Amino acid sequence: MNRINTTLEQNKKLLSIYFTAGYPALNDTAKVIQDLEKNGVDMIEIGLPFSDPLADGSTIQESSTVALKNGMTTKLLFEQLKDIRNTVNIPLIIMGYFNPMMQYGIEAFCAKCQEIGIDGLIIPDLPVAEYHEHYQETFEKYGLINVFLITPQTSDERIRFIDRVSNGFIYMVSSASTTGAKNTFGDTQQHYFERIEALGLKNPQIVGFGISNNETFMQATKTAKGAIIGSAFIKHLTHNGVDTIGDFVKEIR
Amino acid sequence: MSYQVNEKGYYGDFGGAYIPEMLYPNVEELRTTYLEIMNEPSFKEEFNQLLRDYVGRPSPLYYAKRLSEKHNTKVYLKREDLNHTGAHKVNNTIGQILVAKRLGKNRIIAETGAGQHGVATATVCALMGIQCVVYMGEIDIKRQAPNVARMKMLGAEVRPAKSGSKTLKDATNEAIRDWINNPVDTHYIIGSAIGPHPYPDMVTRFQSIISEEIKWQLKEKEGRENPDYVVACIGGGSNAAGTYYHFLDEPDVGIIAVEAAGKGVNSGESAATSQLGKEGIIHGCKTLLMQTPDGQITEPYSISAGLDYPGVGPLHSHLYKTGRGEFYSVTDDDAMAAGLELSQLEGIIPAIETSHALAIFNDKKFKPDDVVVISLSGRGDKDLNTYIDYFKL
Repeated sequence: MNRINTTLEQNKKLLSIYFTAGYPALNDTAKVIQDLEKNGVDMIEIGLPFSDPLADGSTIQESSTVALKNGMTTKLLFEQLKDIRNTVNIPLIIMGYFNPMMQYGIEAFCAKCQEIGIDGLIIPDLPVAEYHEHYQETFEKYGLINVFLITPQTSDERIRFIDRVSNGFIYMVSSASTTGAKNTFGDTQQHYFERIEALGLKNPQIVGFGISNNETFMQATKTAKGAIIGSAFIKHLTHNGVDTIGDFVKEIR
Repeated sequence: MSYQVNEKGYYGDFGGAYIPEMLYPNVEELRTTYLEIMNEPSFKEEFNQLLRDYVGRPSPLYYAKRLSEKHNTKVYLKREDLNHTGAHKVNNTIGQILVAKRLGKNRIIAETGAGQHGVATATVCALMGIQCVVYMGEIDIKRQAPNVARMKMLGAEVRPAKSGSKTLKDATNEAIRDWINNPVDTHYIIGSAIGPHPYPDMVTRFQSIISEEIKWQLKEKEGRENPDYVVACIGGGSNAAGTYYHFLDEPDVGIIAVEAAGKGVNSGESAATSQLGKEGIIHGCKTLLMQTPDGQITEPYSISAGLDYPGVGPLHSHLYKTGRGEFYSVTDDDAMAAGLELSQLEGIIPAIETSHALAIFNDKKFKPDDVVVISLSGRGDKDLNTYIDYFKL
């Protein structure tokens, strides 16, 4: 069974953290992953940096630019992660844009993920229909769970289609925004969270975008299975470096 | 072989809509309504009336006698430079603002490189009394000060794109991010035949007025609708798409695309996407684009700000791959010389983008009785500083 599914079965609210590979320094990738697990994080999204990250706000854009300047590449990321399963047990997901994966070769990319022990992928600019038609077979052949985003504007009908195609969790974008934009959740978000809960989907939902502290984490996980923090963690790394990751995680729960 | 977009949004292997879920409702709304809107009689009437009375269409098809003599062939210039705002860009912005109105949008965003599309967007927003925000790379804002001033005078807000390389591709990223954050009230007017489906097709259809007019104008002048060649410069490719559109399925008409070679195709400073690009995803569509082996999008170079885009529209990738289009690339120096030549032979100072198309005679020899139609996509006023610096005028 995929580690993502096992983790989703645990009887607790999950904390998932996103960070950009190769940031702040090129070879921080493995250390960041290990420290996040040590401090009780349940799942990690490893950001594969891209020159043109359309769905991301300025924090993740800047960390991606720095990571690329540091020399990060897809090949190097796989190299940095090759022994990661000797020390890390929680689910690892690669989150990145489709073009770098296409250039690596989709099948080769998936095969490499399986070899290393990557459990899933989040590809914001690969639409569900395109995935379903052209790539699902390949992803599944290599045991990879592909995670799709839904937003407050996604129709119930489309959410049900995404639920059918998914076999892990659904990434619930909290509001109409790029990453790192909002800091609080209002009534609109609560209604949206409740609407999704009422759909009774087969896949659990994890909320992302706009989670930055204990308050927003608690609000998001009232109905959802867990929450993802990205920009707030990147900001922490920018200001405090990689040695105080535990402090950040403790603040969240 | 079809050169029309298929029902899934592809031209052969190229196109599609590779967009984050946050944009799906907007793009889907456009996809399911654009043809219906464009075919409404009231839409057509309003569009055609504005093109006639506001833009000044039809633009003349001008027989360039001295240029023809010089190159020993029959050259016609399609005078898009005479449109209001000085280029073909306004054909598309008029069309899209009317679409936006019918979709009930009350805020417009756009990206711009040289500023021509930004000015054309700010113009139609002023005309319709709709709020307008134009994203422009911080570096381009410095390079294109007169167009920034024009946009401001027209009431638009010009927002600098400070991410990445701070040029056109980053301005496009910022506009897309704005749309993600403002999904309900905002329409994004893309300026070229790029972006997720249906944009490439929608922009191409609005620009297709160019080839529609060429057909009847040429019939009047030459007694036939089809020239032997149509020639256009290509950045993203909107003027080219419009110039080719009604000739795509006419095998007798040669289609010639001229890209910017910058300082030379292999100089490392070039924008010749068909020569240097590989299949990939940029701004929501699968197309040829310039990138590193690792799939990071690279920064192109051309002396012409309107041609330095790292991708090319999916229709053009398809024309290249199928061989339907002949692709050439022209260096900065050859383009500047061709711009000077047109100025002195015909009394027309072209935009530097257009000068690339005019340099085709260096690479392609036409027969004396060939009828060659070149899209004179824009006028050179905006480029005067570049011409001054280059020719030490």
